[in-house]
Amino acid sequence: MIVRSLKGVVLAACCAVVILPFLAVISTSLADQQQVTAAGGYVLWPSRPNLDAYRAILAGGVVTRALLVSVGITVVGTLLSLVCITLLAYSLSRPGSLLHRPILLTVLFTLLFAPGMIPMYLTIKQLGLLDSYWSLILPGLASGFQIIIMRAFFQEIPRELIDAARIDGAGELRVLLRIVLPLSRAVIAVVGLFNAVAYWNAFFNAMLYINDTEKWPLQLVLRTYVVDNSSLGVDAADLAGGFMPPAQSMQMAILVLSLVPIALVYPFLQKHFAKGILIGAVKG
Amino acid sequence: MALDLRPPPVRTAPPTAPRARTSRWRRDRFLLLLSLPGLLVIVLFHYVPMLGNVIAFKDYRPYLTIWEAPWVGLENFRVLFDGDPAFLNALTNTLVISLVQIVFVFPVPIALALLLNSLAGERVKRVVQSVLYLPHFMSWVVVVAIFQHMLGNAGLLNNFLRSHDLATVPLLGNPDLFLALITSQVIWKDAGWGTIIFLAALSRVDAQLYEASAIDGASKTRQLWHVTLPSIRGVIVLMLILKLGDVLTVGFEQIILQQKMVGTEVSEVLDTYVYSHGVVDGNWGVAAAVGLVKGLVGMVLVFGANKVAHLLGEKGLYSK
Repeated sequence: MIVRSLKGVVLAACCAVVILPFLAVISTSLADQQQVTAAGGYVLWPSRPNLDAYRAILAGGVVTRALLVSVGITVVGTLLSLVCITLLAYSLSRPGSLLHRPILLTVLFTLLFAPGMIPMYLTIKQLGLLDSYWSLILPGLASGFQIIIMRAFFQEIPRELIDAARIDGAGELRVLLRIVLPLSRAVIAVVGLFNAVAYWNAFFNAMLYINDTEKWPLQLVLRTYVVDNSSLGVDAADLAGGFMPPAQSMQMAILVLSLVPIALVYPFLQKHFAKGILIGAVKG
Repeated sequence: MALDLRPPPVRTAPPTAPRARTSRWRRDRFLLLLSLPGLLVIVLFHYVPMLGNVIAFKDYRPYLTIWEAPWVGLENFRVLFDGDPAFLNALTNTLVISLVQIVFVFPVPIALALLLNSLAGERVKRVVQSVLYLPHFMSWVVVVAIFQHMLGNAGLLNNFLRSHDLATVPLLGNPDLFLALITSQVIWKDAGWGTIIFLAALSRVDAQLYEASAIDGASKTRQLWHVTLPSIRGVIVLMLILKLGDVLTVGFEQIILQQKMVGTEVSEVLDTYVYSHGVVDGNWGVAAAVGLVKGLVGMVLVFGANKVAHLLGEKGLYSK
């Protein structure tokens, strides 16, 4: 009995350690100046919740722009990566096809040796991609690990199904679009979600390749204003119509904004937690 | 009906190989077309940068192209072999952080998984899992920001202590506590997520083993020791080996975000060394040399780790 309640206490404590910071972050983002001052900076529950902080940072300043940049990179990156990965995985799912082995080895070798930061930077520079959004999108498009995972999934599809379609006169494209892809929705969803989270959360690539602060994604803005505590600049105050929500509230509101997309996809991610494929997809 | 696999009798003068290839080309050209976009990305952002490693053997300056830069042989590798203090510091920190994290981080998901597994209610278990997996999906910027605003000098905890006239605790920005700080951040972010692979292994343990041992009078503790742990030993060993193959890589984003607060003496690791010496200070050749050696040693370690996994009869990252 004691052991059981001890287990409960330990797990409850673990959950509290995860939840409490999020609660404080969200509550502070909603709190007003009076309460923030009274509490000395952070509140665990907003007494008079309001959206002033969100209004201020979404009024078209630095944060708004960064948010749009991040959304754009995430959407374009995720879609393009799904195209690259699915097509390459499908073409590799047919042992014995032309150049199958060399292409497979080309993909597999990327798992063993990652090019370092310096050669990567020089390549981006040489390709003229510095300060371009493409520098944040292109390098992450085709993870070898995800290609291998998806290829394994495609190979599980019964050969007879594909042969039957062939006999009925379906070409390669038709087989892919009508048979293989509809049967692989789960793995495509998982790979897509993981890439979306990865694109959304990436920060160092922008620090390396993007000098122009106007092109910064949200994570970099978050680092500057929330981790390094630089002040948000005048434009935020101007745009809030002359009055300034509490600094902490604005910082926490930026933090919350960066969490919204994750919160939106979390239920979908959760749906696939139990499945083995996830463990594979995670590693990449 | 047996297929006749012997070559057909010669009909035409040239052998069938070229024709077979053209027919394979006709059959598979569409597949090749499909593989092009992905391959192009891999070649452009994986293989081309590998060529960029030649600057490890050159005296590269940003105003020169890679080809114009003069060759300097192994000059850039001297920091590695002459024991340059900054490099040695980075190497030591990397190894210390890795080892500390293997000792303190690695067992946490196993313990959590055992705890979750022993939970009776399926619903409670699912809720707890959802909560504990969440931080894994946060970026390092978010995690570091949360830690600062909770535990920093002006953060929630110290504000609370100050308003109650208690002594504040300088947890952040304290070089002596940096190792403990980053270790606890890794636990906070990824320990929950890390349970997945162990929970999967635990769910495969044969229930009959528990029944049999219960009949033999084994207590819960003894069952844990003699049934549960031996059953998931394989996964534990595998994960540990993979971790050991990765000792030269420690949380780069996590550390670079917090380096300013504590200084480089405790926080410089190999990856941040490459960044600060190469991209920031412009010692491109030296940084590339360090990065190249790190990559090669890392590859050997991954190979070695898998070799050990195979020797122990486990599957490893790739199979034989």
